[in-house]
Amino acid sequence: MSAAIRIQQVSKCFGSTQALDRVDLEVAAGEFFGLLGPNGAGKTTLISALAGLVRADSGSLCVMGHDVQADYRAARRHLGVVPQELVFDPFFTVRESLKIQSGYFGIGDNDAWIDEILENLGLTSKANANMRMLSGGMKRRVLVAQALVHRPPVIVLDEPTAGVDVELRQTLWAFIRRLNEAGHTIVLTTHYLDEAESLCGRIAMLQAGRVVALDTTARLLLRFSSHTLRLRSRGEMPADLASGAAQSGGWWSFPFDDFTEVEPLLAKIRAAGCRIDDLEIGKPDLEEVFIRVMQGQAETPAN
Amino acid sequence: MAHGFSTLFYKEVLRFWKVASQTVAAPVLTSLLYLLIFSHVLEGHVRIHGIAYTAFLIPGLVMMSVLQNAFANSSSSLIQSKVTGNIVFVLLPPISYFEFFLAYVLASVVRGIVVGAGVLLATFWFAPLGFAEPAWILAFALMGGAILGSLGVIAGIWADKFDQLAAFQNFLIMPLTFLSGVFYSIKSLPPFWQELSRWNPVFYMIDGFRHGFFGVSDASPWLSLAVVGGCLVLLTVFTLNLLKRGYKLRA
Repeated sequence: MSAAIRIQQVSKCFGSTQALDRVDLEVAAGEFFGLLGPNGAGKTTLISALAGLVRADSGSLCVMGHDVQADYRAARRHLGVVPQELVFDPFFTVRESLKIQSGYFGIGDNDAWIDEILENLGLTSKANANMRMLSGGMKRRVLVAQALVHRPPVIVLDEPTAGVDVELRQTLWAFIRRLNEAGHTIVLTTHYLDEAESLCGRIAMLQAGRVVALDTTARLLLRFSSHTLRLRSRGEMPADLASGAAQSGGWWSFPFDDFTEVEPLLAKIRAAGCRIDDLEIGKPDLEEVFIRVMQGQAETPAN
Repeated sequence: MAHGFSTLFYKEVLRFWKVASQTVAAPVLTSLLYLLIFSHVLEGHVRIHGIAYTAFLIPGLVMMSVLQNAFANSSSSLIQSKVTGNIVFVLLPPISYFEFFLAYVLASVVRGIVVGAGVLLATFWFAPLGFAEPAWILAFALMGGAILGSLGVIAGIWADKFDQLAAFQNFLIMPLTFLSGVFYSIKSLPPFWQELSRWNPVFYMIDGFRHGFFGVSDASPWLSLAVVGGCLVLLTVFTLNLLKRGYKLRA
């Protein structure tokens, strides 16, 4: 596995604010990688440093083995960035914007690929519309299209679904998934943790410019979150069971790691004479992981 | 246009051309108004270097249009891109700072020349113009346009808001162009103001440009060439250095 993105000991200060603090991160080619963190954690700064929009104070960043400063032309050719802000050039139509963007990357005849992108993003009917006339969601699609005109092997999406309707979200993720399956490396930042959970194979969490968690999504869920057996019961819960559970609104929650624990637990409850009125099993979720990591319960990252 | 530089240049030209009524027709009309008013008042009263006033004024107005529009093109394009945020579209691709500079400055020169040609076309029937030494006309139009285009790049990058750009334009560019001998020969000024005008590089651009039409001027065209060429080199180096450092563009 070669690295699509290699970030080594990258620090960046804005005045007295430490935006990035010795960040180390490696994303392998073909990965679907999530970059999570609260607002101001440094996600956008990190992406900007990767894209050459921000210059790191120290450390190095490489895209497909090309240093973003020393070998910026190759690095930028291999990288497509969908910026977070909804920006557009009001002078041009959708197709003109995409042709111009292709030209910036040295690609002259790009119509076939532009048509394909437009089709995949549901933009075909808007191809000759001026950018000013588009709705916010449509402008967002054009931003994605602009990031893809040069067929970059590495695609970074900075909160692409912020303020976007359900239909576009699904269109977008279906397209991005296909690109990922075709071998593109995807890096995603989002505040929608369910999106990150379902899409990303691996996740890094940033807090105050530092990587505070980095692991596969599955292992993060296992490590910081557990399954929960939730049941509603009117009976008196025995003290030894109640001590390991949380109670709220008539519901008891029993965390467990392994399904073999469920049967003995239920047997104990039955033996105590508690009648179960309702029962459900909750899966581990990324939101719980995120909250626990941000509260500082994370271990120091392994690397 | 399969090249970052040529595409950026093309896009910058297309940008002003798409709104040509505002970027080309309007300044041509403004110059025409200046000509009508000033020649109405002064024609028959003033001769400069033996030239009738209207004929003297036309090259001045043409060059002033070249300069002001060259400045307006790069500066307004950059500030708009910065304020709206679409500057990222040119910062993300593999375009070097030198190509960036060249594309913006050349597009500014094109806008300046197009407007200047428009002003010339709209005004040349008002008075007989000689085209005595056309090489000077071309040289000063190109260099003057490049200098102001370069200043526009500096102003567009430096300004964070439209009012800062307006200040740059109103308190630096406008006085420099208006007090450069567009409307008069500096020889008609009192000694102090005459001396001061000789420190204004725009004076040499106008004077050299006008020399191309009439073969006479306040200063030697070679001196003007040296001053204007020197300014162009200095500004180019300065602007390239700003871009190389990523000043206000790449934090």
